[in-house]
Amino acid sequence: MIESLDDIRAQFPALEQKFYGNDLVYLDNAATIQKPLSVISLMDEMTRLRNSNVHRAMYRLSDEVTTLYESARNEVVKFINAPGRENIIFTSGTTASINLVARSLSDARCGYLSHKYSIGGCTNNGEMFLGDGDVIVFTGDSHHSNLVPWQLAAQRCGAATDYLKLDDDGRWSVSQLDSKLASIIESGKRVRLVAITHISNVLGIVNPVKEAVEVAHRYGALALVDGAQGIVHRKVDVIDIDCDFYAFSAHKIYGQTGVGVLYGKSDILDAMPPFMGGGDMVNRVTYEKTTYAPLPLKFEAGTPNFIGAASLKPALEFAALLQEGGIATEVERSENEIKSYLQCEFEKIEGLKWYGKAPLNERIPLYSITVKGVHPADMAQILDKMGVAVRTGLLCAEPVMDRFGVGVSSDSSQPQGMLRASFASYNTLAEAEYFIASLNRCVNMLR
Amino acid sequence: MSIKEIEDSIVEEFSMFDNWMDKYEYIIELGKGVPVLDHKFKKDENLITGCQSRVWLGCEIKDGKLWFSADSDAIITKGIISLLIRAFNGQKPSDIITADLSFIEAIGLKENLSPTRANGLVSMIKQIKDYALAYNSLKNV
Repeated sequence: MIESLDDIRAQFPALEQKFYGNDLVYLDNAATIQKPLSVISLMDEMTRLRNSNVHRAMYRLSDEVTTLYESARNEVVKFINAPGRENIIFTSGTTASINLVARSLSDARCGYLSHKYSIGGCTNNGEMFLGDGDVIVFTGDSHHSNLVPWQLAAQRCGAATDYLKLDDDGRWSVSQLDSKLASIIESGKRVRLVAITHISNVLGIVNPVKEAVEVAHRYGALALVDGAQGIVHRKVDVIDIDCDFYAFSAHKIYGQTGVGVLYGKSDILDAMPPFMGGGDMVNRVTYEKTTYAPLPLKFEAGTPNFIGAASLKPALEFAALLQEGGIATEVERSENEIKSYLQCEFEKIEGLKWYGKAPLNERIPLYSITVKGVHPADMAQILDKMGVAVRTGLLCAEPVMDRFGVGVSSDSSQPQGMLRASFASYNTLAEAEYFIASLNRCVNMLR
Repeated sequence: MSIKEIEDSIVEEFSMFDNWMDKYEYIIELGKGVPVLDHKFKKDENLITGCQSRVWLGCEIKDGKLWFSADSDAIITKGIISLLIRAFNGQKPSDIITADLSFIEAIGLKENLSPTRANGLVSMIKQIKDYALAYNSLKNV
């Protein structure tokens, strides 16, 4: 039973390690989160005993593995309140999920052009595919996974990309999206898709996705939400948000690496051509022509990472407990305490800047910082010796670094990159205090 | 002094430190002491990029020996650079080509040369060796 924060922490054996004689203080949770015992034991059991390819064989062992795989899909349906199993596609991660959409929608030649799809009441005469003269808009806080696939898609089919600029606090607004889309339409172009970051991996701000999706639809565009960080920190209800796609990774929400989810609305997924061809995604194959399996298998070519995917069941059960169980208010209180403490301490360190200014309840316990005259990589190296694991560098979000003057294009006297500390449910206030003490110590050494 | 002799003296210096804190403080001090790179070298073609930090490297040949000057925006990287320059400056290209740089491991800084650190040091060493190779082949023409 999990009844306290200590009980949560006890679920994670990885946190009991020491490095250089110090207790590990793991603050790189936005990159990947540690795994609870329930996930570890399922993976262990599947590797030892439940190994057999899914969806194929006529024997009991394979049935059991297929059941584990498919019950993880059911768990995803429940966790994000999807209409059904056909909406949930297993991929290898957020990146693969977004690439699937970007690739498929820019592949009209293989598509189903006769399909009629209505967005926000306007019927687009089947033209949901990207083509010449179309524009894809993404939010300026996107990491590379929600940016490069759109640039590639645009190059492939003659479309263009545009983005929402961030203000000095690191925010974009719904009204800004509205005027951006209006001006694109006025210029005679069509906005086909808006790619929205739910929570930025650099800024930690929770964006108004539901309102942004509504605006996208009003202009006849599809809306994709990049939920890599969002799924971990907010209750996601895809019906309420009304997004056409929602993408996330398992490994950031207590599951295994190499597995992700693409949620999509059925009629859109139905109209999209497969991204990859291979086994398991077919209905009938001849030397000349193939017809495809119904959703969701149409998009799951080849042997999936069935052990990893199955890990989503215990992983999401654990996440649901933290989001909605009796312990939820305690987790929220602890996170708020950590956020207030950090923001207060950051102000006391000379030359320190933190990014992503928003009210406490609109941001997650993730802070990217810079300290004037001190290189983030130097800080991280010294913190490592103290047992503190943080992330530094360009954080797979170079344009965001450029926006705040610490990108590759910044002047050479200015260190590039940021240092990011991202906290999870199992991190404690004591760890935040140790982080701040260590940070002070290393800044003094380096300055 | 040969590269090997310089490496040995660096290892001896570092043997004084019995904890990582003192060692890093020393490297940081070395980093702060590296002369600011001559402006003629601090340009994009001398830039070695890593995800984490940037390194600039310039090279000149005088009387058949190589002289390097370098800079980095990260101070620990800069400190390690100063050790590399100390070992390589004024050496013959042929000696630089064969240097194994085992001192980096001996003084406990091996992790800094891990490609995953992406701090530009690995590329810098390769660049130093490339300069040496290029000058060596020039000499043999």
